[in-house]
Amino acid sequence: MPDYLSQHVLLSAAALLLGLTLSLPLAIAAHRHAAVRWPVLTLASAIQTIPSLALLALFYPLLLALSAATSGLGLHFSALGFLPSLLALTLYSMLPILRNAVAGLQGVDADVREAALGVGMTTRQALMQVELPLAAPVIMAGVRMAAVWTIGTATLSTPVGQTSLGNYIFTGLQTENWVFVLFGCAAAAALALIADQLLGLIESGVARRERARVMAGAIGLIAGVALAIAPSFVSARPAYIIGAKGFTEQYILAYLIRDELEEQGLVARRRAGLGSSVVFRALAAGEIDAYVDYSGTIWTTQMGRTDQPGREAIRAEMTQWLANQYGIVTLGSLGFENAYALAMRRDRAEELGVRTVSELARAAPQLRIGGDFEFFGRPEWAGLRDEYGLRFNAQREFQSTFMYRAVANGDVDVISAFSSDGRIAALDLIVLEDDRGAIPPYDAVLLVSPTRAHDEAFLAALRPLVGTIPVEAMRQASLMVDREEDKRSVRDAAAFLAAETGLD
Amino acid sequence: MASLTPAITLDRVHKSFDGGKTFAVEDVSLEIASGEFLAIIGGSGSGKTTTLRMINRLIEPDSGEVSVEGAPVTGLPAHELRRRMGYVIQGVGLFPHLTIAENIAITPQLLDWPRPQIEARVHELLDLVELAPAAYANRMPTALSGGQKQRVGIARALAARPHIVLMDEPFGALDPITRDTLTTAYRKLHDQLGLTSVMITHDIQEALLLADRIAVMADGRMVAAGAPNDLAGAGGDPRVLALLEMPRRQARRVRERLADNANG
Repeated sequence: MPDYLSQHVLLSAAALLLGLTLSLPLAIAAHRHAAVRWPVLTLASAIQTIPSLALLALFYPLLLALSAATSGLGLHFSALGFLPSLLALTLYSMLPILRNAVAGLQGVDADVREAALGVGMTTRQALMQVELPLAAPVIMAGVRMAAVWTIGTATLSTPVGQTSLGNYIFTGLQTENWVFVLFGCAAAAALALIADQLLGLIESGVARRERARVMAGAIGLIAGVALAIAPSFVSARPAYIIGAKGFTEQYILAYLIRDELEEQGLVARRRAGLGSSVVFRALAAGEIDAYVDYSGTIWTTQMGRTDQPGREAIRAEMTQWLANQYGIVTLGSLGFENAYALAMRRDRAEELGVRTVSELARAAPQLRIGGDFEFFGRPEWAGLRDEYGLRFNAQREFQSTFMYRAVANGDVDVISAFSSDGRIAALDLIVLEDDRGAIPPYDAVLLVSPTRAHDEAFLAALRPLVGTIPVEAMRQASLMVDREEDKRSVRDAAAFLAAETGLD
Repeated sequence: MASLTPAITLDRVHKSFDGGKTFAVEDVSLEIASGEFLAIIGGSGSGKTTTLRMINRLIEPDSGEVSVEGAPVTGLPAHELRRRMGYVIQGVGLFPHLTIAENIAITPQLLDWPRPQIEARVHELLDLVELAPAAYANRMPTALSGGQKQRVGIARALAARPHIVLMDEPFGALDPITRDTLTTAYRKLHDQLGLTSVMITHDIQEALLLADRIAVMADGRMVAAGAPNDLAGAGGDPRVLALLEMPRRQARRVRERLADNANG
């Protein structure tokens, strides 16, 4: 909790401060020059129309390219986490501040402005002593709005690798832990309310010209920010960072790996809930030190291959390719596979007489298919669809938790499941046989970043994990988290998996 | 008066706001003697405000030269020039976030006067414009009536002891009684402090009662300038004569109507 809150406050406060620093001069320029006003306000509005999650996500590749371009100049910065989140939130905070500042400055009485020049003020003095003080209440109202937006939107920075209160929400959503989701939302809302009240105190103090109110609000804000971010400076030890994508198995594995490293006396932190291609690029760029990916994913998505030379050949070629292209070390397979698979309810499959994907293809025009947010955009789906000539009646996308719900209660007939998912057995689903071998094998492989390729202590600590996790153990651990009754935390599931595989 | 350097000189001043198609002020030349009270009259759009604002450089002329006490106004930065002149406008433009005392103190403060001197001056000025310092110094402008606001406006204009005061329809928004009181009070200050005053008004009667000399503007040009008596003299511009005839006609009608009532 202290870390999530601390990071959230640090990010929001920095974005707001930067937004204010950029917006005020822009607003002043827009106020003075009508030619500047239109483009500035239009651009700010345009930015506001980009969905916040997309804006956050867009900064990652942008910064990555910039980082690559400037690394020759000796400039090194991380394209993941704080920086993209800061930039996106800053842009987001600018519209309300800009709008209100321009409106506030434009709203200053023309006679007062003329008098300011008439008594002998320079334009700068007129701005500082007359226009800005008079516009201040309106500007502060904009700052308040920006603060609430920023604090709320900061929860979305989790998928780009920035720790925030959003970690509760995203983890909770993936693992169906609604208490976590609610807690994350409530914490962010409470934070926004507190900031809003303190800024409101400043706003009313400015409007009524009561210095005491302004001071009280400012001191409250500064003290609150200082208190919240203190822990992140105290515990700032260099640590190994373990990445994870945004689904249950990955959350559990990240915990398991972290515990394993800590047992070996290394300091490690998790950065979970990253998008699949974000996590791969982050590893290649050395922003995370290790994570688990799947051979078929690398084969199709990163290498762009569509052929199927077989499990061993794929793993060997992939290992070679990762080393040559990025210097990424493939430490080995964890021992289980988690393939994309098409799954149906057993009773529905029997009713239709479907056991293989070929048989599914014949029934497909009457059926509805559900996939997670990634599935229909992935080459595996294109491969399956083209190989079997799959044409469904309807196609819908779900967050994976809801996708399982949808197939269980018959909203869709077929879903894109993961073969190691505990819910397949729990919901009495059957996995349709890929009789033409359109889907490549998906061995879970432990990948290490090029920056740690020669870190023997790290590699030695990770090696015991290779080949130790049978698919049954993985399924049970995932199910502990995903099931409705006797639901367990990710931490418990990781401990269970460690005990099951003899790692602890 | 003629032997002294004029307080203000305008020499063939032009100003266009549309790149030279039409002129807001066209070929205006004028000398205002030190200690003189000049009224500029004319209808709206006649160029009187533009002319006034070129004296304190709120507007820069396209051609021609404006001088103050013998030196071109462009010789020093505009804000420094303005600190040496009082400026009073119809809307007053008191700073709503400052007290009356802070409003009056603004120009001395910009000139870095020592604090005790500023305080003494504010006190003195409030007395001068007949607002009791104890009652008014710490009020906010919103708590004042229109007439009181303009008294503060005048006090603010006089704060840094300027020799020249420019006024743009200073009493135009006031009721007739307040207006009469204030114009009389201002004329007294003008004489008492030895000011050079330039006042725009659209009220010919006010100009006739107050000013030493009247300049009449129409369509951006100065069509006449002279003492009230000289303007009324023969051979004048018909527009000027019509303007001067108006208050006389009004006075006659007022007299007639009052007489009717007395008889009736």
